[in-house]
Amino acid sequence: MDVEILSRLQFAGTIMFHYLFPPLSIGLGLQLFLCELVYFRTRKPEWEAAARFWTRVFAVNFAMGVATGIVMEFEFGTNWAAYSRFVGDVFGSALAAEGIFAFFLESGFLAVLVFGWDRVGPRMHLFSTLMVSLGSIFSAVWIVVANSWQQTPAGYHIVWHDVQGEMMPRAEVTDFWAMVFNPSSVDRLSHTVIGAFVLGAFFVASVCSYYLLRNRHQAVSRCCLSIALPTALLFTILAAATGHDSAKKLVETQPAKLAAMEAHFETTDEPTGLYLFGWPDAESQTVHYGVQMPYLLSLMVYNDPTKPVPGMDQIPEDQHPPVWLPFQTFHLMVGLGTIMIGVAALSCWFWYRDQLEQKRWLLWAIVLMPIAAMTANQAGWITAEVGRQPWIVYPSVQDGVEMMGLKTADGLSESVTAQQVLSSIILFSIIYSMLFAVWVFVLNNKIQHGPESAEELVEYKRKLKSDSMPDKFARSGKSLGGDMMEEQA
Amino acid sequence: MSYDLLTMIWFVLLGVLLVGYSILDGFDLGVGILHPFIAKDDRERRLVMNSIGPLWDGNEVWLVTFGGALFAAFPVAYATVFSSFYTAFFLLLTCLIGRAVSLEFRSKVHSPSWRKVWDVGFFLSSFTAAFLLGVAAGNVMAGMELGPKYLYEGNLLSQIYWYPLLVGCLTVSLFALHGAIYLYLKTEHELQARVRRAINPLFYAFAILYVTVSLATFLHVPHATENIANYPVLWIVPILNALAVLNIPRAMHLGKPAYAFFTSSMVIMAFASLFSVAIYPSFMLSTIDPAYSVTLENARSSAGTLQTMLIIAVIGMPCVLSYTVIIYWIFRGKVTLEKNSY
Repeated sequence: MDVEILSRLQFAGTIMFHYLFPPLSIGLGLQLFLCELVYFRTRKPEWEAAARFWTRVFAVNFAMGVATGIVMEFEFGTNWAAYSRFVGDVFGSALAAEGIFAFFLESGFLAVLVFGWDRVGPRMHLFSTLMVSLGSIFSAVWIVVANSWQQTPAGYHIVWHDVQGEMMPRAEVTDFWAMVFNPSSVDRLSHTVIGAFVLGAFFVASVCSYYLLRNRHQAVSRCCLSIALPTALLFTILAAATGHDSAKKLVETQPAKLAAMEAHFETTDEPTGLYLFGWPDAESQTVHYGVQMPYLLSLMVYNDPTKPVPGMDQIPEDQHPPVWLPFQTFHLMVGLGTIMIGVAALSCWFWYRDQLEQKRWLLWAIVLMPIAAMTANQAGWITAEVGRQPWIVYPSVQDGVEMMGLKTADGLSESVTAQQVLSSIILFSIIYSMLFAVWVFVLNNKIQHGPESAEELVEYKRKLKSDSMPDKFARSGKSLGGDMMEEQA
Repeated sequence: MSYDLLTMIWFVLLGVLLVGYSILDGFDLGVGILHPFIAKDDRERRLVMNSIGPLWDGNEVWLVTFGGALFAAFPVAYATVFSSFYTAFFLLLTCLIGRAVSLEFRSKVHSPSWRKVWDVGFFLSSFTAAFLLGVAAGNVMAGMELGPKYLYEGNLLSQIYWYPLLVGCLTVSLFALHGAIYLYLKTEHELQARVRRAINPLFYAFAILYVTVSLATFLHVPHATENIANYPVLWIVPILNALAVLNIPRAMHLGKPAYAFFTSSMVIMAFASLFSVAIYPSFMLSTIDPAYSVTLENARSSAGTLQTMLIIAVIGMPCVLSYTVIIYWIFRGKVTLEKNSY
């Protein structure tokens, strides 16, 4: 295999593994903040127990996000040196801003969030939770801005530099804010963050539904569900709305990606339909077993059911993205999104009628929803990134001037060999599989242990007050120990 | 502001990030290196780990931000350095991942064998990370086989020879010493006494390596001293460095561990400054032909980007410093084991 395929495989693998964690951190951060906010206003111990419990889950997840994220920060340099030289002036600033504005904020206040429960007052703790939450969102802002710039570049020009006698192009920023607010950043950012909020809400709802099914931790679970279910409904609907906005823009900015997502090979004078599912074959330009809703794509893209949508035949052949994968992942995302809206709406309805706990089938459905949300998040990104091919930076037109793009194949590190990339893929496959197993094991441990009950928590805090040395506590085994798990063993 | 001034400011700012990372993560890595030798039972091992528990993550962000800032300000250097150190860098990343998860997962399960595995992981990853950082610094100091168009012509094996290995040993010993002084500040009783007994041998090991590497640099890396020869005022850096090194045992002897910690931080800062002075004006010197080197001038971003980035840094750095201070203040004092500890 050649360096290009291997480097793409490695990037896809490391970024997808990394992306298991940040959306959950962002989503769980919001739920955690809301729980703690209610506790701060009401001072009811159930809410504190909930917030402390989600903090422990959050910490495990966050550590994985940090550990796998540090790889991403350097992988542009290790595997994509030519790309880094071409975009560094633009892309680097977004990445550096992410470090300065987001990473320091979240990692600093994470210490207070996780280790500060018995050290700082409730106000400071709530503030820290908010800062960690905001930090994780800021980090999404900068990285999605950087990625959106690759899809729809703006605010730059191409400058040719003399490199030891050979002229080499480089993208340089001319307008920072135009670069930040490039045509797709706002739509893609809101869709990304909302996708993370959906995951967080369903994750909380899932764990709490599981507790209700097992008749454990009911009081705390009911508290959390009263926040998680309405937010899940809100954000699944918003995800559909922002997704629609994103897709609509594609017809102007990245028509090839839209054509791939819909396997729309041939432009006709007829209105364009929307496939519900199918098996596209780019070679023969057909969709096998396809079921199509007439008019729907035209209606969705143009708000006009009769206007035809341009197909793949409008794109030069050497600029065609793969079709099968973006088509399937896009349809998977939309399908899962629809199911999630349904589950969220039904659960809210029965929750409102106070019948949710009798509908065991629905509770089981909620238990499964985080898998759907995670899959939809990943599938959406596969659509976005594979649909961008063969470009790593899209060509664009700035003030009537055509700007060159950069092909993925031209972005590689020229000095890195296939053997080196293959070794790092093998090394990281082993490490990441082990990490994944450990993460599932520890997360499952935490969930099986569950939150403290309100009474336990009140008792613990009373003891803590009378005993100024918390160290003694931990050793005497009287601590609640959810985090240390000393007592269970 | 002129383009050259902006370039210089960013070179200095990158130096600041590097100093911040080495001082802060230096003691984390040092604690990891000492962990198996200092702590005798499970409670002590947890104490040692929790001494850096709330802090290591924020400290590591200095490295991440260094990477981002290098990418933004000197993209050619970012691309060339990291693709040249491909294999070594993936090993370093493996270590940083290993350190993170060892800390996070170790105390989550009670089984002794589970904890043993993560203890070994914590030590190995901390030790190797410190060593690799030193090896990389040594290679950059000595220059590398950089061909035309910034294409590296060497491989992992050409990066492993006596000089970088020696710098790697120096880094390990320095971080171990720095970590020991930090642990002395954070621990009590018997554990603290054990840490105290380790500090002197660690200092001697470090001092021997310090002298050896200094001599080796004079002999093997002649260009490293050129800048100092050209700007004699820069002599102040190695002189202060030597004085700071000598001040470590003095401060410990006087019973001022906080002062000793400050001093070892200054030693690290002096090393990072010496490193910057030595490599200036290159990020990576080509041993094939100096014309192929990655320099400040051919690696930098456009003036506009350097200026925007400076504004970002001016807004961001005070925030970073203020919450770093807040966090260190909240977690000041001796380390104790609590409900939320690792």
